[in-house]
Amino acid sequence: MTEPTVFEMSSPGRCGFKFPAPDVPAAPLPQGFVRQSLNLPELSEVDVIRHFTHLSQLNYSIDGGFYPLGSCTMKYNPKVNEETARLPGFAHAHPLQPIETVQGCLALMFELQEWLKEIGGFAGVSLQPSAGAQGELTGVLIIRAYHRSRGDTRRNKMLLPDSAHGTNPATTAMAGFEVIPLPTDARGNVDLQVLLSHCDDTLAGLMLTNPNTLGLFDENLLEVVEAVHKAGGLVYGDGANLNALVGVARPGDLGIDVMHYNLHKTFSTPHGGGGPGSGPVGVAEHLVDFLPGPLVKIVEEATEEMPPLYGLVMPPYTIGRVKSFYGQFGVLVRAYTYINMLGPDGLRKVAEYAVLNANYLLSKLKGKYSLPYDRVCMHEFVLEGKWDDCPEIHALDIAKRLMDYGFHPPTNYFPLIVHEALMIEPTETESKQTLDAFADALLKIAEEARANPQVLKDAPHSTPVRRLDEVKAARDLVLCCWTPGQ
Amino acid sequence: MTTPANLKFMTSDEWVKLEGNVATVGISDYAQNQLSDIVFVEITVAVGDQVKKNAVGATIESVKAAADVNIPVSGKVVEINEAISQSPEVINSDPYGAGWLFKIELANPGELDTLMDAAAYDQYCAERSH
Repeated sequence: MTEPTVFEMSSPGRCGFKFPAPDVPAAPLPQGFVRQSLNLPELSEVDVIRHFTHLSQLNYSIDGGFYPLGSCTMKYNPKVNEETARLPGFAHAHPLQPIETVQGCLALMFELQEWLKEIGGFAGVSLQPSAGAQGELTGVLIIRAYHRSRGDTRRNKMLLPDSAHGTNPATTAMAGFEVIPLPTDARGNVDLQVLLSHCDDTLAGLMLTNPNTLGLFDENLLEVVEAVHKAGGLVYGDGANLNALVGVARPGDLGIDVMHYNLHKTFSTPHGGGGPGSGPVGVAEHLVDFLPGPLVKIVEEATEEMPPLYGLVMPPYTIGRVKSFYGQFGVLVRAYTYINMLGPDGLRKVAEYAVLNANYLLSKLKGKYSLPYDRVCMHEFVLEGKWDDCPEIHALDIAKRLMDYGFHPPTNYFPLIVHEALMIEPTETESKQTLDAFADALLKIAEEARANPQVLKDAPHSTPVRRLDEVKAARDLVLCCWTPGQ
Repeated sequence: MTTPANLKFMTSDEWVKLEGNVATVGISDYAQNQLSDIVFVEITVAVGDQVKKNAVGATIESVKAAADVNIPVSGKVVEINEAISQSPEVINSDPYGAGWLFKIELANPGELDTLMDAAAYDQYCAERSH
C-alpha cells in the first residue's frame, strides 16, 4: 500500500491546532500523572486531510462500483435519504425531549410502523431492534414468551434449515432453545419428511429464510408452515431476503408468525462495515402483545383543529426493551423516505427487477459455472467456483481476480451446503450494461482459469494491497500498534 | 492421501482408530481439505468425562467455516491432544497422525459396527465430490 501511516508521516513539532491562552488560573497536575512524551503523531491539518482523503479513496463502495455481495442486498442508496435524515427536526431531536415537542418524529415512526405492517402482512410492528440479528433474537424471544404465556413449557426445539444464516443458530442458542438442523432436499427446499419427523409437542418453532440463501423460493412453503403450526409451533421468517418479495407477496399472508425487516438492506440505507442497521419486527395478531416497546400509538385522536397526538406505549406482555430509546432513528428516516419515494408500485418493481437482474446474470453464466440447484432463482443465486479440469482453482481465486476487473467479489464459501460457493446478488439498481460487464468478467476468468491459472492464484494484481494472508491473520491474533523508533 | 485401512469413519467425517479398548479420534483428510486452512481448535471434553456417541467433542474453525467434531463412540475420555490448540495446522498436514484430537475408552464396543470402513468411506467421499 502506498499510503504511510500517520505515525510514519509524523514530524516533530508540527501542529495543526493552537489552543487559546487559558482564561482560568493554571493549576499544577499531581506529580505522578505528569508525562514528558505522549507518543502521538505530529501533523498539520493539510497532512491529516490528505491522509484520510487518500484512505477513503482506497475504499471500495457501492457509490464507486458494482457490489454483488450475495445475501447483503448492496443496492444503491438514493441520496434523497441523506437529505431527509439531515433535516434539522430529525437530526437535532433529542430522545429525552418532551413528547409534545417531537410529534413530527413520532408521526414518521407511526407511519413507518403502519407501512411495514402493510408490506409484511402483519398485525403489529416494533421498530426497536437495531439490526437484523437483533431482530431475530427479538422474534425468537417473542416465540418463547408466547409458549410460556400458555404454560407450554415443554417446547425446546427450534428447527433450522442447513442453508440458514449463522445468526439463526446463534439466536436459537441465546434464547435457550435446542438447535435442530434440517437438511435441504435435491431441489433446494426444506426436506419436508425430516421436518415432519420433528413435529411434536416439544417443537417451539422453525426459523425460515424465504427465499433461502440459495436464492430459491421454497416450493413447499405452505406445507412447511402448516406442519409446524399443526404441531403447535410458530414460524419465524428471517426477512433477510425480503427484497425478492417486497410488494409482491406478504410473509404474513403465507402464514409466517413473526419476521424481522432489514431496513438497511431492503429499504436502502448505507450499510456494511457493521452498521448502522435497523431490524424492526412484525408479528401476527396472536403475538402483538409480546412486542418489545415502546411502540408509537395515537394517544389522542385528531380533531378538526388539531392533528393526532402521538405517544409511546408498552404492549401489555412485552418482552421488554431491546434497545435504548427508540430504535435506530436515522435509519428509520431513510427507510421512510425510500418507501415514500417509491410508493406501492415502485416497491413491487424493486422485487421484480431484483429477480429479473439475478436471472439475467444467471442465464449468462450458466453452463460456464456449475449451478448445483438448477432452478429459476429469486433475487440471488449460488454457483460453484470450481471446475473439474482445473482443480487448483478455488472460489477464493475467482473472487480475488474479480477485483482486478473492478468489481467487488460476490460472497464466497456461503451457504455451506454448496462446495466453493459464489453467491451473487446483483440487486435491482444495476443497469443491463453493468450486469453485462460483470458477466463478461466472470466468463473471462473462467477462460483464464484454463489458459493461465497462475494469474488467478496471484490475484488481485491491481488493488492497493495484494492478496492478504488470511491464515496468518486468523492464527496470529496479535494486533500491534507500531510507532517509529520503538 | 490414502485412507488408512485400519480406521473407521462417521458420515460426519470423524475417524476412529481402535487400540485395545481405547479409540483415538480425529477428522478425515477429506474433512480437513473441505475446511481448508484450520486456524483454531477447541476440545470441549476433558480427561475423565463420560461422553456419549454423537455429542460434540471439539470445535474446529478454518478460514472458511466452523465445524463441530462429533464423538463417534461412547465412553470415558482418557487423553486429549494438548498440543493441537497451539498448532491447529497439524490437522491439515497430518490428519490421521499428529492431528488426532482425543482418546476414548469404549463403553460399548458394539457401536463401532455402526461406522464405515475405509473403503466405504472413500466411496462416500467420491460421491460427495460431484
